[in-house]
Amino acid sequence: MKRTREWLDSAPSFLWLTAFVLVPLVMIFAIAFKPAAHGGEVGTGWSLDAVRALLDPSYLVLLWRTVWVSATVTVLCLVLALPVAYAMVRMGPAWRARMLLLVIVPFWTNFVIRVFAWQQILHAQGWLAEALRATWLLGENDRLLGGPFAVILVSIYTYLPFAILPLFAAAEKFDFGLLDAARDLGARAMTAFTSVFLPGIRQGLITAFIVIFIPMLGSYVVPDMVGGADSQMIGNKIAQRNFSDRNLPQAAALSAALTLLVMAPMALKRKRREA
Amino acid sequence: MRKSRVPLLVTIAVMVFFYLPILGLVVNSFNSSRFAAKWQGFSFRWYERLAERDDIITALGTSLKIAVLSAIASMALGTAAAFALHRHRSRLQDAHRLLVTVPLVIPDILMGMSLLLLFIALGVDLSMSTITLAHITFCMSYVTLVVLARLEGFDFTLLEAARDLGASRFQTFTKVALPLLAPGILAGGLLAFTLSIDDYVVTFFVKGPGADTLPTLVYSMIKKSRDLPVINALSSLMLVVTFAAVALSHRLLRRQVEN
Repeated sequence: MKRTREWLDSAPSFLWLTAFVLVPLVMIFAIAFKPAAHGGEVGTGWSLDAVRALLDPSYLVLLWRTVWVSATVTVLCLVLALPVAYAMVRMGPAWRARMLLLVIVPFWTNFVIRVFAWQQILHAQGWLAEALRATWLLGENDRLLGGPFAVILVSIYTYLPFAILPLFAAAEKFDFGLLDAARDLGARAMTAFTSVFLPGIRQGLITAFIVIFIPMLGSYVVPDMVGGADSQMIGNKIAQRNFSDRNLPQAAALSAALTLLVMAPMALKRKRREA
Repeated sequence: MRKSRVPLLVTIAVMVFFYLPILGLVVNSFNSSRFAAKWQGFSFRWYERLAERDDIITALGTSLKIAVLSAIASMALGTAAAFALHRHRSRLQDAHRLLVTVPLVIPDILMGMSLLLLFIALGVDLSMSTITLAHITFCMSYVTLVVLARLEGFDFTLLEAARDLGASRFQTFTKVALPLLAPGILAGGLLAFTLSIDDYVVTFFVKGPGADTLPTLVYSMIKKSRDLPVINALSSLMLVVTFAAVALSHRLLRRQVEN
């Protein structure tokens, strides 16, 4: 009786998620072992071609770039978000609410439009490039758009709110009396900050890391719009294999690799929780 | 203890960083020059040009239809999931919880790619329906989280009381549980609507050649780099709508708190 009730309660969402999340994810791994057929179809039988192709050195370069760009963005977001979260917590309740709204509004603006705004700013004839060239910070032939710099800058713009919010939530619960206590006991400001404040908001730091680093690994739009051929990430290659080359098994093999890459930091989090 | 000025200065810099690009868009939408770097006087010409674009109106309609359908379906599925997760503790629910979490943590591109493979394997034509199915899938996980949070503070003895007073299961649900949980469910639906309207990556993978949503249309307009100033005008209008919606929901929330 109890068991039947549970099944009735769970069935709608459980079956939906099985059909549209679990089965599709399993298919990524299955189709990676299929041969490619002409015209973008999946061939019959099984083949190791797509998986073997992943060993190509050019994919290793791509993989390495995906990881270092994602890591750089994540670290810079955390570094920028920490002082902001700290300042917000130290404000009065009215300003705190106002600041929270100010942080949230930009990411309610359409994502594609935000990236487009940056594309215009970083454009070779844009005011920023003109200004930098006038001050010799930018060489006559250097570009702002079309390299890893643009990808990192614009990614920080889109992900920074995702760092500020969990850090703010964690800092709000932090007992600031502990900082004063550390100072009274003779700790320098910096020591107190790193050995009392940072461990105190550890959960917020972990959450921010996960919600930035993992989506970054799957980046597609930002490198496509403001990066060039030398700043492609795995996501761009998946789309290219899929839509230009019409090679579904190859796209699936890359997606399978990305899935494994994404699971690594999550496994890390699980281990930490158990510890 | 001397207070450091660094956090406040960084915060101000970050706010400038957040709003300068948006401000740039709005200013440029009134620039009669085609090129962003040169100001050639104030003009409404890009807004006039925008009004002539039927494809944008069509795409907006498609986006709205998909968002409304996804919000409604994901409110139903997400609420059901939240009830099951809250009420039962078992192996089955552990698996259930994991399934709910997956769409929240995997990158969009994996979601889009995996659903595309599913639709191709099933031989389904890509269309507005496949986009809607995909959107319901990622929206329902967010709705589940929001409703689950509401259930944490929910007094289940109220339901038992209704049953004791002779209400049927169905009546208890529609007359007692739903009205009490409505704000949470609606908040989830609102979130689902926003996520659906905003989505580009998943939609791009499962949309097929036919139906364009507003984000996919804007994206291809940018890629062809024609009519860039028209996109400025469109973006500015969307910003106005966003800000109005944010201000309104902020005011509604505050009123709710005050009551």
